[in-house]
Amino acid sequence: MEPQNKQIKVSSQQKAEEPISSACERCPLAVQRFGIDLEKWDYIVALAGNPNTGKSTLFNALTGLRQHTGNWPGKTVARAEGGFGYQDKKYKIVDLPGTYSLLSASVDEEIARDFILFGKPDCTLVVVDSTCLERNLNLVLQVMEITDKVVVVANLMDEARRRGIEVNYRRLGENLGVPVIPAAAAKGEGISEILKAIHDMVMGTTHTTPHRIASEGPLKEAVDELTDMIEKTYPGIPNARWIAMRLLDGDQKVRETLANGDLAQLTQGQVKTRESVDLDV
Amino acid sequence: MDQKQPPKSKYTPQDILNRADALQRQMEFSFRDSIIQSTYAEAEKLSKDAVRQKGDALQTWGDRFDRIITNPFTGLPLMGLGLATVIWITIAGANYPSQWIFNFLFWLGDLAKNLFVMMGAPWWLTGFIWDGVYRGLAWVVAVMLPPMAIFFPMFTILEDLGFLPRISFNMDWLFKIAGAHGKQALTMTMGFGCNAAGVTACRIIDSPRERLIAILTNNFVPCNGRFPTLIMLATLFVAAGFQGLASSLIAAGAVVLVVMIGVMFTLLVSALLSRTVLKGEPSSFSLELPPYRKPDIIRIFYTSTVERTLFVLWRAITMAAPCGGIIWLFSNLHISGKSLSLWASQALQPLGHAIGLDGVILLAYIIAIPANEIVVPTILMVYSNADKMVDLATMDQLKALLIDQQGWTLLTAINLMLFSLLHNPCSTAIWTIYSETKSLKWTVVGTLMPLSIAFLVTFIVAQSLRVLGWF
Repeated sequence: MEPQNKQIKVSSQQKAEEPISSACERCPLAVQRFGIDLEKWDYIVALAGNPNTGKSTLFNALTGLRQHTGNWPGKTVARAEGGFGYQDKKYKIVDLPGTYSLLSASVDEEIARDFILFGKPDCTLVVVDSTCLERNLNLVLQVMEITDKVVVVANLMDEARRRGIEVNYRRLGENLGVPVIPAAAAKGEGISEILKAIHDMVMGTTHTTPHRIASEGPLKEAVDELTDMIEKTYPGIPNARWIAMRLLDGDQKVRETLANGDLAQLTQGQVKTRESVDLDV
Repeated sequence: MDQKQPPKSKYTPQDILNRADALQRQMEFSFRDSIIQSTYAEAEKLSKDAVRQKGDALQTWGDRFDRIITNPFTGLPLMGLGLATVIWITIAGANYPSQWIFNFLFWLGDLAKNLFVMMGAPWWLTGFIWDGVYRGLAWVVAVMLPPMAIFFPMFTILEDLGFLPRISFNMDWLFKIAGAHGKQALTMTMGFGCNAAGVTACRIIDSPRERLIAILTNNFVPCNGRFPTLIMLATLFVAAGFQGLASSLIAAGAVVLVVMIGVMFTLLVSALLSRTVLKGEPSSFSLELPPYRKPDIIRIFYTSTVERTLFVLWRAITMAAPCGGIIWLFSNLHISGKSLSLWASQALQPLGHAIGLDGVILLAYIIAIPANEIVVPTILMVYSNADKMVDLATMDQLKALLIDQQGWTLLTAINLMLFSLLHNPCSTAIWTIYSETKSLKWTVVGTLMPLSIAFLVTFIVAQSLRVLGWF
């Protein structure tokens, strides 16, 4: 998938095991402009989403790489990183493993969650399948619990249209409180809008009001109360709400870190990558 | 009752933890369940508000099929029927090719043997090569190749279609009751091909506890090496007295029953493990039912013949050849006038009899630890060598040997099938368990637990049927 938008300048680096030479031979111009120097990016973009939503297609469209698409849960897919340039800014984009949620303890979900939490992405793209929005929104809601800087890419809009599914993307964006960009990444539709949304997000011109899960009832009271306690005790701490929710869920790791008084470690913790996780495979 | 903390400007970590615990206790449901429920409810609301279905939803045939195949009432019976059909096609289709290959290879063997005799080769060389090694090989090829060549393409087509996750979906509740992971059904289906592959497939289960359960119980699914044994016994004994279609249908029914018993033991042992040494709650997971995909004929042909059939057959052959030689030596080396195999089988006879089998069968199981597929050939070779070469070219002759000369009964067949289903994994699978768990302890458990269960079950069956006076 070659990027169609002239504004995209592509540089690429892939930390996967696969050779990257073939990908870079196809974009010599971009490499000349940037070099494969991803130590010098301006912003980090995380790419999350359910499996089979076209995440990797979008990744390839943005970076010019040819990452293998199509996998089934459990088959190890190397975490891929690539770069692209837009309006004189350099971006590093990290393709996270496809997951349905960030709640259970699978390795894939942990990698995805920890990167969004600790990798401090300047923007997190959540790719959703427009033909089955409801299921995909579960992950969107969970990502929005962790970060405010979310752009939802409603992919496969052409397939949704074909099936007679009408999606009011504007309304969805209003209700979610984050930008929703319709796209058909395989055809290159919506790529320039996505780039602009990323740009606006990292520049701080987009203001989001993420829809929260526990927004009413005793759940909200419990989360709010604990969040308040954490914020008061550790002023300026990011992700206080997330920590509160982890504590209520009985997360042993978070409990121990808190008991150690080493909460800083939680918020500045090292990002787990596939390479550092012992998959025992 | 917990007192709400008076508002302070700063708390100790312990304050926060205590308060979290207190809040947790007050909740009607677990926090995680509430969050998941709340997330689903919100997602539904958001999607309802923004999505509208114009006209009727486009229904693919896959959607319609899914509605039947994943229905809680029709799903499992249909899948059972599907399994029965696959097994029946395998049995019915493999019958004649097996005979042809058998006749051809034995004719070829006799020819070569005569050539050796004509050339004046010493009797022990001729015997070792052509009555030992070659017969073992010929048996394995004739008995295994046709069923595998039929079963594996069907299995691969189902896999390619996207059927396996649907099996997992339908069986999820059963595994949940057993305290195991729903994806264990996926690893179980992989075990049909080869238990070593099934054990490796357990990597898809993230929780170490549930993964271990899946690894330890994978053996209860009869692999392709054991299928021919089951098929042969079912055809010879259970379907005895029936001809043609009825015979293959009854044989298939018997094999399906054995598979069901295997699944039952998988669930039973999983439940036992998850309530004793591997205590814990089953973890939740989502499983996507992928859209049905048109199978790629070339890929299916390649996967099923090269990666599966030939791979398994080659392994069986490399195991069968030395075993054939060993059996020949066992039968032809004499100590105090008795052959080694007679000594060994006589020593094992009391134990074998107690579980409804005999000493030769147990000896065969010991020799066949490297590969389950050669158990029956080993049994037959020990029998026939002891009886100075019986020609086993037809099923009738085989039957005559087993029933008339060796005194096999329906009980022997039933218990041999049960023993074959439940006993220890083959050496490859045992090694795979070790390399996957990296634990000597669990490897020993994974080996001895099924073996003990096999002895126990066959013992109970044999003793109760004998008490009833049936055998």
